[in-house]
Parts: sequence; structure tokens; C-alpha cells
Amino acid sequence: MIRWSEIRQYPSAIVGLAIIFGFILLALYAVITIPYSEALERWRGGEAVVENNPRNARPTWVNWFNQENLPPTLILDSRELPETAISYTTISDDIEEKVITMSFDYEYASFVPELTFFIEADFIEKQPFVEIFWVTPNGEEIRAGEVTPGGQEIYRPTQDDRVMRRVEANSAEVGFFLDPSLAEPTPQKGTYQVRLVGLIFEEESDFEAKLVMYGAVHGIAGTDHLRRDISVALLWGTPIAMAFGLVAALVITAANMIIAATSVWYGGWVDSAIQRVTDVNLILPGLPLLILIGTLYSRSIWVILGMVIALNIFGGGVKTYRSIFLQTRELPYIEAAQAYGAGSRRIIFRYLIPRVIPLVIPALVTSVPAFVFTEATLALLGLGDPVLPTWGKVIENARSQGALFNGYYYWMLEPAVLMMLVGVGFSLVGFALDRIFNPKLREI
Amino acid sequence: MLKVDDLHVWYELKRFGLGHAGYVRAVDGVSFELNAGEAMACVGESGCGKSSLMKTILRLNKPTKGTIDFKGINVGELDGLDLRDYRSKVGFIQQDPFGALAPFMTIQQILEEPLIINGFTNAAERQSKIETIMEEVKLTPVEEILPKFPHMLSGGQQQRVVIARAMILEPDLLVADEPVSMLDASVRVEILKLLRNLQEKHNLAVIYITHDLSTVRYFSEYIFVMYAGQIVEFAPIKSLLENPTHPYTQALLEASGDPDAKNALEYKEIPPGEPPSLVNPPSGCRFHPRCKFAIKGKCDVDMPKPMPVVDGSNMAITGNKHVAACWLVEEEWKERAGLTN
Amino acid sequence: MNNNETTDLLRVRDLKLHFRVKSGAVQAVDGVNFDLPKNQATVILGESGCGKSSLAKAILRLLPKNVDHYSGEVFLNNQDIMKLSDEQFRKDIRWQRIAMVPQAALNSLNPVMRVGDQVAEPILLDGKLTKKEAMELALEKFDQVGVPADFLYRYAFELSGGMRQRVAIAMSLITEPEMVLLDEPTSALDVLTQANIMNLLKRFKAEKKASFILITHDIATSSELADNVAVMYAGQVVEVSDAHNFFTEPLHPYSKALMDSVPRLYGEMQPDFISGQPPSLLKPPTGCRFADRCPARFERCSDEPPVFNMSDGRKVKCWLHESDSVSAESNPDTWEEMYAKS
Repeated sequence: MIRWSEIRQYPSAIVGLAIIFGFILLALYAVITIPYSEALERWRGGEAVVENNPRNARPTWVNWFNQENLPPTLILDSRELPETAISYTTISDDIEEKVITMSFDYEYASFVPELTFFIEADFIEKQPFVEIFWVTPNGEEIRAGEVTPGGQEIYRPTQDDRVMRRVEANSAEVGFFLDPSLAEPTPQKGTYQVRLVGLIFEEESDFEAKLVMYGAVHGIAGTDHLRRDISVALLWGTPIAMAFGLVAALVITAANMIIAATSVWYGGWVDSAIQRVTDVNLILPGLPLLILIGTLYSRSIWVILGMVIALNIFGGGVKTYRSIFLQTRELPYIEAAQAYGAGSRRIIFRYLIPRVIPLVIPALVTSVPAFVFTEATLALLGLGDPVLPTWGKVIENARSQGALFNGYYYWMLEPAVLMMLVGVGFSLVGFALDRIFNPKLREI
Repeated sequence: MLKVDDLHVWYELKRFGLGHAGYVRAVDGVSFELNAGEAMACVGESGCGKSSLMKTILRLNKPTKGTIDFKGINVGELDGLDLRDYRSKVGFIQQDPFGALAPFMTIQQILEEPLIINGFTNAAERQSKIETIMEEVKLTPVEEILPKFPHMLSGGQQQRVVIARAMILEPDLLVADEPVSMLDASVRVEILKLLRNLQEKHNLAVIYITHDLSTVRYFSEYIFVMYAGQIVEFAPIKSLLENPTHPYTQALLEASGDPDAKNALEYKEIPPGEPPSLVNPPSGCRFHPRCKFAIKGKCDVDMPKPMPVVDGSNMAITGNKHVAACWLVEEEWKERAGLTN
Repeated sequence: MNNNETTDLLRVRDLKLHFRVKSGAVQAVDGVNFDLPKNQATVILGESGCGKSSLAKAILRLLPKNVDHYSGEVFLNNQDIMKLSDEQFRKDIRWQRIAMVPQAALNSLNPVMRVGDQVAEPILLDGKLTKKEAMELALEKFDQVGVPADFLYRYAFELSGGMRQRVAIAMSLITEPEMVLLDEPTSALDVLTQANIMNLLKRFKAEKKASFILITHDIATSSELADNVAVMYAGQVVEVSDAHNFFTEPLHPYSKALMDSVPRLYGEMQPDFISGQPPSLLKPPTGCRFADRCPARFERCSDEPPVFNMSDGRKVKCWLHESDSVSAESNPDTWEEMYAKS
């Protein structure tokens, strides 16, 4: 029915198809690389999942626009260090000293936003005692804290008054990096060293340490206020948006068409009944109804999808298609089909509906983004799916966290761009299909 | 084989979709008989009721009054499978070949549809039937045409497809609604000859509906002329052309001449006005407001009954097959009776 | 070719109109020549797809957007109207001097405008008359075409097909044009209405000295009005003849076949059809375009025949008439060159 050679004449359609194809690949990529359960877990967040993620970090691509790079997240873990970085010294029969020396290069113009030590101790009765020393590139050594880890210990120097008194800055993150020679607070560049000196009081006990210097940038999409990687939501939002849009558009269009054809073909009271139901449905306030369902019943995206479909089955499409079918019904080939004995069902599905398919397919394709936007709108109204990551949820979070006031424009921008691309892609293809199927609409 | 008796087809008019506002008397008391192997032409202008008559014979409409009897079956009361069976025995050829073919189906699909619907489940049997009928209507080469869509064929070929579809169920009766009026002059004759051949070969009864008198004589034995829902004249075709009796028939013949340069030199005598409304037809003879022979007090009061016409040459009844519904015929009979008495 | 002043109202010379489509150029009108003497009717006769409607478009310069090639000369009273600018043509020629009755009168009338206003529209456009005067003129035309006066205030859908056609004719006559182009004026009408319309046109020709070009495929109807007949086939005029000779004995084999295909009410003639189909106008055959379907074809037919002038003034584009012709016109292709020389 439709040939590639025809589509090829519309460069816009090629662009649109490429965009749609890109989204399909993205959706497949998301579903394959991040299994459903993992996606849910990563979106639910919680310490174990997001302990290495910074809070409200920008996407790494902002560095392309900055003269000096913002620091990404740096993680130093004693378990991953070479053996030479760890030394043991026996001090007495019972006491052993373990020294972990971690060093890193810091070449960034801004300070680390957040710095946390995760110290994990293994002991029977006596806890190890760990001192932390911070050595800046110019050789200054700061006593960065003492920790007596009881199992898992999270130590934030900035919350330690003793440390804060030593560093003369608002936060440890600044104090540890501050270049004293400059008037403006600027971080020193060069090689830093972090030394953890631990005293172990039992033969069997030990400790390991991890230093996380949370970055100002993280991943391709940044992170949100709950340290969740936004890219997970963007990635997994793709199959959900595609499924939502396509299922809604397909089911609604097909239902509208079948209902309209039935209405026209049987006429009489069937037609009247269907038209009255449609009239009533059209004046029903859809959004408040959806909010009601979302509040009282379920906010699951599939329930919402079902409701959107249910509210649109007797939608405006029934009216539009009815007027087309009214003309189609009068065509001689329908009369001929009756004359050779075709029944009503066959006439509806084999003779009436195929005739309007060329008109319907472009409309269907063009309506897909509308349903993607519907999902976003509902999410923005607080009806987003509670567990699934969707584009709408991302926008809703960004809005509720005042992303734009706080300069987290990417948070809002990324899902918005994806939605716009969906809109553009499907519209371009839809318009081209319209011209291919309905040549009378062409300019010449 | 087909017997139409006092057929009325009225459509109800509704005011604002509710209240009754009268009837459109599309067909108002039509009777005729058609035997197997006979072709009958039905001639009239648009709105004379010929399409309604045709649709009722095809049972796309239900008769309001009167009966259609097809081989002893009362067509008006058929339902369900019986109706499908009846429809499979009546072929239908439409005016606009392109409109009559679903544009999204291939010729193969188009010709297969009637077979599928009427229970031919064997695909090979269907295929052989399709090929046979295509050969018969000269749609060749078959393999080349089958996968095509209607718009890829010429008007003549499209009409052949329509004919093939009408013939594929081997009907006994063929209803042809202006089968050639949308075609070019050069193909018209070809299609008419094809229909004639099919009719003779399969001993078909044919109802040929047309507004064009000039094609009638090549195609049918009998002709009836309809005006405002009624038959005004019925005759063997030759008799009608030689001795048109009803003033309306005369006007039709006057209006449709053969090509001749002399035509440009003289005006034609055409009755004034237009056909009457079928909601409120005139009393008496429906043609009387336009008829220059109308007899005051008679034609505008009483509806004329069909009566055998007086043959001009030998004063004898023309094999009693030529009848006209016109008071003038009665006058003529009276005059002759007066003369002979 | 004689380009001296003539008394012919319209002379069309080598008119070409090609349309661009995806697969090439449709040569819908390809070098058409014919004349329309004053107060006469010339019938352009042809089957669907022969380019006759495109010829009407070309004469009235009602061109679609996909025109590929548009050339030739159209002399209206010895003035080459092809040389006028589009603006001038629109203002001075179209509807002022050449009016048209379009093919489907049903659809050519504006459904939301009273028919009286529509008929008056062409004269109101040039702003010389007041609305009242224009309506008076419209009423006069309605009277002439036999439409009752109260129809002025009706809408098109309230009129029967015949009445609509009369209104369309009234609309074409309102500007008192020198000629009227009728494109299939009666093909959608019933026989009686058709005959009435033809009577009306005949009366206009006789009483008002009107000149018509009648474009039709209906041979019997064409004979009602024709003084001259030009037969078109595959974008070209193959025969130009006076009506009497044409309807008694057409010259071109295509004209003959066409005449033979007309079913007759009287007489013993059995109609016959023309086998085959007209050639594609995308790639018309070289040589005679009818040759493939012609019963009388011979070897010369592979060359394009020139137009032969017959002794009785008829013109025919067929090699069969080479011997009995008095002169031959060169092929349209080389005609431009000859014109350049003279």
C-alpha cells in the first residue's frame, strides 16, 4: 500500500522516521541493559543504590560549555588500591597500625560539593581507631578527623566540629581544598594525599575505607534531589512513553473507527444511541475524572492508560470518522457488495474501514505524541506512576524541587527535549503519510 | 421468471428527523414481467424512479406495497440466508465502474469477494471460476490483470471487471444500471456487445436501465418508459421507435437524435417545465402539466390505465404488446370505433 | 501559414500545454490549431483524456501549478492574447471577452451565495456598474436563458440541474463576451433538459450573434450546435471540418471510427467500437498517434503526418489524404521556425 520510494521523496519523513527509529532503539536499549526490576530499584533510590551518587549534580555535558571543568565524582576505595598503598606496622603485641595512603589529582576550578568517608570495620570486641590526614599539594597537612568505626561508619568531616575549627572555612569541602595564597576562595590544583592511620587492637580485626568526593557533574543526565541518576528515568521513560502513546493512539483510533462505522452502517436507533453516548462523553471533564481515579483508585500508569482509552473510545474521532463514513456508505461499491450478499459485519470491516485507513493512519501517527504529553500532564498534576520512572515524573520532580529557580535547568530540559523530539518525529512522519495517502492535499 | 406486480416504493419524509411529513413516491404502481433470456430496457430521466425500482428488485430496498416474484419466491419477504441466496442469483452492474470497485482491493480480491461471501470455500475452485469469467469478459491476460488495482485499468476494463463480478455467481437475472453512460463513445458499443453476448450465451434475463434511448435497440427486446414513478409506455423496441404513442415518449425521442448537421438548423420541440415532485405528484396523468395534448377535465383528473395502442397502418392491435398509459389512446380507439360503426 | 488579418474571431496556432507529473510531462495539448469564425460554433470533439479540457484551460489561461510548457498563439480579433501579462489577461480577456461555462455547473456555483449575486459578480468586479444596475442586468440575462426572476435570490442547491446550467450560462453571458467556451455543458443532464439547453444556445447564436466553442465527447449533442468540428486525439487536432461534411463523411480514420461508434436510433447501421486504447500522453508515439488503432494504417504512418488542406477547406492530419489534398501545412514542430522566417 505504501512504497519506500514514495516516502523517500519527503526528506522530512526520513528525519521523522530516523527520530522514531532512534527512540525505538533507545527503548530497546533501556529494556535490555536495565532489567525492569533493576530499573524500579534504581528509581526507588535508597542509600545502598545511590550512596556513590551526588545530589543535584549537573550532567557531564555542561562541561562542554564551561571554560574550566566541574569535578565529577571521585571515589577512592582502599579495597581497590595497590598493595603498596597499604602498610601494616606492629606496634605492640596487641596493637597493629594500618596506614592507607590514597592520592588523587585534582585539576578543577571549583570545590567538591560534598565529601564523605565510608569506613567499614571488622572486629570482635575492640573497635579500631582511625585518624584521617589530608595533605594538600603544597604540603600542608590537615587533621581531617578521628573515627572509631563501629561496623559501617559514615563520616562527614564537615559535620565534625573539631575539624571545622581547624580549617577556618564554611565547610570541610572548601577547607580541604582552599588555596591560602589567593584572596578569592579557589581550590588548589595538584596531587592530594589522604592518609588514614588506623590502630587495630585485635588480631582478627581490620578496616577498609572509601572516600567519595561527590562531583558537581554526574553521568549524561545528572542526578536529582534524591541522588537518583536522571538518565535511568529518561532511558526507561522511553519504552513507557512509546508504549503509552502507541497503545493509546492505536486502541482509541481503532475503537473510534469501528464505532463510527457501526453507527453509520446500522443507522437508525444504533446511530442515535452511539451519537448520544459520544455527545455525553465529549462533555465529560476528562482531566478531573482522571485525577479522581488517580486519587481514589490507583495511579499505576496502566490504570491511567486504561482510563485515557476508556474516556476516548467514544471521543471526538467517532464524530470525525462518522462524517467520512457517511460519504463512504453511499459509494457504489458498497451497494455492489450488498447486492452480492455481503453481510453487515463484512461491509463494515472489509469495505468501509479500509476505505478510510489512508485518512486514519496519518492522524493516528500524529496523535501518538499527544498521548505521550497526556502522560506528562498527568504526572505533573501528581498522577504520575508511583513506582515507574517516566519522563513526566522527572518533570514533576524538577518542578516540585524548583529546578528552574535553583539553576537545575537540565532537569526540566532533558525530558522536555525528548518529548519534543517525539512530537517532531511522529508529526513529520504523519504529515508525510498524509501527503502520500491523500495526494489531493499536495500543493501541486 | 420475474414478475413485478403493482410495486410501490415510498420513502417516508421526516420533519426534523421525527414527525411524518409525507412520502416520496419513487415507484408508484409498476407492473411488468420478464422471462428468462429476455432483455428489457427501462428508460427515463433522473428522478423518474428507475433507480428505486432497480434497488427494490435487488432487494436493497423493501417494497412498500405490491410484490416482486422471482421464480415463485416473494422477494419482498426474504430474509437472512434466503436473501443472500436470492442476491446471488441477481447480478448487478453499476453506472460508474471506478466507484463500483473498492479502490483498495486488487482485481483478484474484488472478484473473489462474491465467491467467499456465498460459501465457495475451496480456493482452487474460486480461482478457476475467476479465470473462466475473466476470459469470458475478455479481461486478458488474466495473470497480468489480477494483481492490479482498479485505478490501473482503463474505464472499459473497469467495467469488464464489474461485469465479471456480476456474472461470477452465475446469476439468472442481470440488473444493469446505465452500464455504459460513463464510458467513452468508442468503448460503449464494445461493452454493450459483450453484455449482449453474455445474455445470449447464458440465457440471462436482463433489466437494462438507461436514459439513453439510442443504445436500447442494440440491446433489448422490450422497453418501458418511466415518468414520475410510473410506467407510461411499454413496447417491443421496434414498435416504440416507429410508433411512439405517449407524448412523453415522443418528447424523449425528439430530444435524442442521431448526429446530423441538420440538427443545428432547427429547434427541437421540448415540453416545458420539469418532472413533478414525487412527494406531491399532479393528479390525473402525471405528465399532463407539460403535455400539449392534455385534455382539460380528463387528463388532469383521472389517471390513465395502460391500454394497447392503435397501430397507424392497419388499424389493428399491434400484437397487443405495445401499451401506453395515455387518454389519447382511448380517444383514438373511440375515434376508430366511431369510424367503423 | 497565413498570418494576415482575418475575419475569424479566434485563431489558435500551435497551442501547447504540458503538465509536469512525477514520471514526466503530460503533453495534454500538443500543437493545436483551429479557427473560430464570428457568430459560429466550433465543436472540439474528443474522448476523455484527449486533452480537450486542457485546451479550454490553455485558451482561458486557467493553468494549474504544475505547468511544464505553455506556448503558442491565440488571436482574439487579431490580437495575440498570449502576449498579454497575466494581470491584463485576467482584467481584459477572461470573462470580459472570453467567458466559460464549466463542466460541472453543479459544483461551479458557490453554495453560500445567492445565484443572482453570483451572476452579477463578473460585472461588479470591474467596478463600472452599481450593484443595482448589475442586478438589473442579471435579471435580463436570467430572462434570456429562461430562469424565472425570483431565482435571483435563491441558492444553487435549491435549483435543479438544468436550472443551474442555465444560471451558469447566464453568468457567462453577463459581460457580453465575444465568445463563450462551453465545457461539456450538458453531459450531466437529462435528455430533455439537454435538448432545452441546446435550443437555448442555438437561439443565442441566431439572435445574439454569439460565438461558441463547445467542448464535448457527445457526438449527437455536438451536432445540435456545430458549424465546424475539430476532432482531437491524443493532444492533437486531427481533423477540422465544417459540420455538414463532417457528419456525413468524416475524413480522418479516427473521426470515421468515432462516428461509427455512435449508436443510432434509426437506420440499419450497426455501431462498431475502436479497439485498443489511446496512447499515453506522457510518451506519445512518434508518427501518427492513431496509427496503432487505425484500420487503414500503412508504412507512411510511422512519420508524423502534416495537416493536409482539402479542396473544400477541410483539414486533416492523415497520410491517406496526401494525394487528394491541395496543400500541406508543415508539422507543428517546424512551424515556429517558418514563422520566424516570414
